[in-house]
Amino acid sequence: MGYFLVTLFLIQYIRSILQTKAQLPDLDKSLLLIRNIAIALVATFYLSETPDWFSWIWSFFLGGVLYFLFGKEEVKPVRTVLQGIIPYLVLSVIEDVVHLIAPKFYKEYGDYFQIATFFAFALCFVLWFYARKQQKVLLKEREDRLRDEMISKAQKESLEYLVNERTIELTQQKEELQKTIEELKSTQNQLIQSEKMASLGELTAGIAHEIQNPLNFVNNFSEVSVELCQELEEEIDKTEIADADKDYIKGIISDLSQNQQKITHHGKRADSIVKGMLQHSRVSSGEKEPVEINALADEYMRLAYHGLRAKEKEFNSALVTDFDPTIGKVNVLPQDLGRVFLNLFTNAFYAVAEKRRKLTEQGIGADYKPEVKISTKKFDNKLYIRVTDNGTGMPEQVKAKIFQPFFTTKPTGQGTGLGLSMSYDIITSGHGGQLDVETVEGQSTEFRITIPMS
Amino acid sequence: MKILVVDDEEDVKSLFEQKFRREIRSGQFEFSFSFSGEQALSYLADHHSEVVMILSDINMPGMSGIELLKTIRKDHPQAPPQVMMITAYGDSANHDQAMQLGADDFLTKPVNFVELKEKLQQIL
Repeated sequence: MGYFLVTLFLIQYIRSILQTKAQLPDLDKSLLLIRNIAIALVATFYLSETPDWFSWIWSFFLGGVLYFLFGKEEVKPVRTVLQGIIPYLVLSVIEDVVHLIAPKFYKEYGDYFQIATFFAFALCFVLWFYARKQQKVLLKEREDRLRDEMISKAQKESLEYLVNERTIELTQQKEELQKTIEELKSTQNQLIQSEKMASLGELTAGIAHEIQNPLNFVNNFSEVSVELCQELEEEIDKTEIADADKDYIKGIISDLSQNQQKITHHGKRADSIVKGMLQHSRVSSGEKEPVEINALADEYMRLAYHGLRAKEKEFNSALVTDFDPTIGKVNVLPQDLGRVFLNLFTNAFYAVAEKRRKLTEQGIGADYKPEVKISTKKFDNKLYIRVTDNGTGMPEQVKAKIFQPFFTTKPTGQGTGLGLSMSYDIITSGHGGQLDVETVEGQSTEFRITIPMS
Repeated sequence: MKILVVDDEEDVKSLFEQKFRREIRSGQFEFSFSFSGEQALSYLADHHSEVVMILSDINMPGMSGIELLKTIRKDHPQAPPQVMMITAYGDSANHDQAMQLGADDFLTKPVNFVELKEKLQQIL
């Protein structure tokens, strides 16, 4: 009976301590088999009316089980308990041996044997309890350690998450900073550019004022000289000089008069340039008022077109309009903005006319369809105006200078080089907007005006 | 009719003399010239009753045309001469100030002499 209990508890103990069912399924199966055999054995023992020799079978069985378990590496943690069974088994075997070999001696001292066996049996359970207690402490320790590990693992994970988050944040910040730097750089360039333009504009206006007065004298004196020449001619007729001499003198006077007229003519030219320069300083002197932008653009487009048509009869170009009807009235300086439109359209028409002239020289002008387009758009509280032509376009070095005062590609006398520089001033300082240009040499040019509304 | 022209540019004298040569010869106009506001005032002090018309530039070193106008209107409230202001800066601020101070007319440089001649003849 002791064998059975020992075996049963042993199996149960190993199974519960090592959690064999979940962690060591193979060992668990063997243990269950051992238990079943033990139950079968105890059943057989009672069925066969408890014969004495049956304890031999128990001894062998238990010995076999112990041998089997000692051989298993996984069972090492509970080895103490296994070792605790050994005295019981040995004592039981010795008792049986003595009982068999010396029944007399056994009869006399059998009680001692039984007491010893009982103590060994009890030892098994004492050991078992002790081990169980020990195991509990160990288990608790292990659980604590595990929990600590879990906690530190969680901390580590949260730290890693934090680090990751920070890294992403930093990367984003870095990218944003880089973008800001690039934006700053381009703004700086724009500022330098507009500063240059502004100082050039002021300089231009200053020069114009200084030139205006002496130029007035040149014009006035040359004009009065022409009058003087005429009078001189009249006076000569009154004198009595030989006709040949009169003619000679009149010839000289006529030359003088012509010279004065040339001076007047070129003086007037200079005057109109000075007037153009002075307009620089008058930018944004007027009052802003609500203006129908589409109508204004259309009006100046037609004005520029017919202006050019009047000078060149054969000139022709398609006029394309793409107006955003939602724009309505916008607060602008109507005269100044009109001047910008006039400049842009005049340039556009000039560009398509030039291209046609060049192509005709090459003999391939027939296929060319000149086109000037105006498009307006209201978006995000901003007014976008584009003037596009499919004319000559510009090379890069020309494009870089077009907003500078006095820069022109037109032949002498046909352009002052002030139109675009003034337009630039009107759009940027007059309306707080932007004037940009995009061009493909030989193909097209597009001027883009952006004006903030409100 | 005696006209006083006030301008810091001395060439104005020969220009006017040539432009109005016929009128000067015929005695229709008589021109005197001063080359600063101060000079004009001292001239007026001597010849006040003779001067019918003053043509003055506004932008002059020293006393400006506007100051000159102020002084004339203050010192000679009786028998005031006609005063016509001339300026290179045709801005409205200058114009309004001149008119407010009692200018009779306002011209912008470059002076249109045909127009000026007509105006002078009208005043006569």
